[in-house]
Amino acid sequence: MMESSTRNISLRTFLDFLGARAMKVIDGLGAFAIFFMLAFLKIFRHKQIREIIQQIYFIGAKSSNIVMLVGLFTGMVLGLQLFYTLAKFGAGGVLGSVVAHTLIRELGPVLTAIMITARAGSAMTAEIGILRISEQIDSLYTMRIDPLRYLISPRIAAAIISFPFLTAFFDLIGIFGGYLTGVLLLGVNDGSYFYRIHAFVDITDIRLGFIKSLIFAVLVATTCCYQGYFTHLRTDSYGAKSVSISTTSAVVISCVMILISDYIVTSLLI
Amino acid sequence: MRHDSNLGLHCYIIADIEENVETPLIEFRDVIKRFDEKTILERVNLDIYENQITTIIGKSGSGKSVLLKHIIGLLSPDEGDILFRGQSIHKMKKSEWDGYRSKISYMFQNNALFDSMSVFENIALPLRQTTNLRRKEIEQKVMSRCEQMELADAILQYPSELSGGMQKRVALARALVTDPTIVLFDEPTTGQDPIRKNIILSMIAHYRKQFEFTAILISHDIPDVLFISDRILLLWEGKIAFHGTYEELSHLKHPMIDEFLQSITGLRDELTGLLSKEIFRARYSLMLGIGQSDTALTAIIFSVHFERLSEALGHQAAIEVVKALGEYVHKYFDPIGGFSTRHSREQILTILPRIGAEEAERLMLEMAEGFQSKKLPEIQAAAGKRIGVKASFEISVSAGLTNSSEDDDIELMIDRAEANQKIIARYQ
Repeated sequence: MMESSTRNISLRTFLDFLGARAMKVIDGLGAFAIFFMLAFLKIFRHKQIREIIQQIYFIGAKSSNIVMLVGLFTGMVLGLQLFYTLAKFGAGGVLGSVVAHTLIRELGPVLTAIMITARAGSAMTAEIGILRISEQIDSLYTMRIDPLRYLISPRIAAAIISFPFLTAFFDLIGIFGGYLTGVLLLGVNDGSYFYRIHAFVDITDIRLGFIKSLIFAVLVATTCCYQGYFTHLRTDSYGAKSVSISTTSAVVISCVMILISDYIVTSLLI
Repeated sequence: MRHDSNLGLHCYIIADIEENVETPLIEFRDVIKRFDEKTILERVNLDIYENQITTIIGKSGSGKSVLLKHIIGLLSPDEGDILFRGQSIHKMKKSEWDGYRSKISYMFQNNALFDSMSVFENIALPLRQTTNLRRKEIEQKVMSRCEQMELADAILQYPSELSGGMQKRVALARALVTDPTIVLFDEPTTGQDPIRKNIILSMIAHYRKQFEFTAILISHDIPDVLFISDRILLLWEGKIAFHGTYEELSHLKHPMIDEFLQSITGLRDELTGLLSKEIFRARYSLMLGIGQSDTALTAIIFSVHFERLSEALGHQAAIEVVKALGEYVHKYFDPIGGFSTRHSREQILTILPRIGAEEAERLMLEMAEGFQSKKLPEIQAAAGKRIGVKASFEISVSAGLTNSSEDDDIELMIDRAEANQKIIARYQ
């Protein structure tokens, strides 16, 4: 009798815990969605162009080198790996098409998003977090400058503009990397390499990559800004420590969200 | 004066209903604010009047900043209401709320300047973002504020390259660039040395007069901040325990206020090293109590022409003259049994027991001669060098003297001494 009552209590405690966690996650998702919607709508207010251009320079232009470098080596590795695999089936000639498909549909958007998260996303969180803990966001409010409009909207807009461009750079450089290893190193026919790409890569592949890069842009920019903007509400740390934990959280959550959403989008649009 | 029975501390409130018939600019009505289980503001009622400097004092963590943040809307009360010219700010329409907000500026304790922006960009930011002024107009306005605040040479520098005092000036320039009618100062002098504290406070008083705004200050710097304040509010355990003038506060005898003032003020004035006002009064009372005063007792009030000096040589020079005068007075009169205090921002009060008026005058003039020949040239040279003034200018100090008996009220004595003031030291 007593044993069954103890079991009931522990089951209830467990369910309470699960329920509380679920509510917290739902709360967080709701807040995240509202945060994004408010910031997104404020992109179209006046006096935004200058801020957006500045952010495009920071998120887009300044990330281009690292994105292209990673793209080049990713393409080169793909060229090497796929050539030996395809050669086993006597299909070495389709290397160009397989490298291009892999990059355009999958690796391009995902790796670009992860690289931008590491370079620009973490910086966004740290910068906004510092503005928050040093009362500079409150100071904007007291000057009647909407912090969401001034700080968050330009970053989201810049990410939405930059991600597809950087993904396209990544894809192009990656295809060139595949060419370097496949054609110049391993002797695949160069005409065949580019012909297969032209023949098998169509607009639906490019559209899928483009949609993914837009979704990742929204997720990465919103997550990184959200983590920085609400640094002061963290209960696990305060001050500089809270900025560092927020930055780590922003990078981890962004990467996880990129991979989860990648699977969802792929399964829906494949 | 009325007793506030709601306050368990049995403190007293100076009722200023009779003296202030005008409508308050800002009113708090039964404002309650809680953070989790902790009540920070417990039915706060207060009035803030236009074109005055109102200073909110209270222990650390007593909710002063919370109170200030309610005025600008950074926080909202859990209960109660805040009125602006009689209208609830929480019931304002969006346009009214925007209009209200445009009248207020806030100067943060840590300045909250944007580190990645230059001084010019920091000051121009509110104009660029909230007005439709042209680039040229913004530039003119910012430069004019920079010149008024002696920041013209620093416009291209970043906040981290500036001294603490200059950063305060930048924050003040940014707060004033939108021509606000109310400026909120959250501990503007924290972390500054005594001279710098007094310079900042003088600057606030000076610009308040020049730009005619209503200033609401939070500060721990007693008595310095009280010298420039028109009204003082004491926040004690979540309630306004006192509101009135500095004079009323000094005369109010209540254990809670004494405890607070003793906890926050030292034995000596930080700037001049003279006795704090409380210790001075206690010593004066003790002297009268044990009949030391006999029949002869002389009071001298020394005054620095502060405003004139600030305008000619800057706030720093004016503060340095007060500091040097205080130190000189102490050095000269202390060995002969005199004791002194800083009576107001620019005045020093000295009591000379057992010394008659004639002897006191001789001593005063002797002291003034030394001060004029040794100290004033030093201050003038330093100030001239600092601000690059080549034209002639003058530093002068006045003093008034009165003899008194033990029945005399100290305030009456000061009034008489003030009436007898004449210039005793001058340097051109």
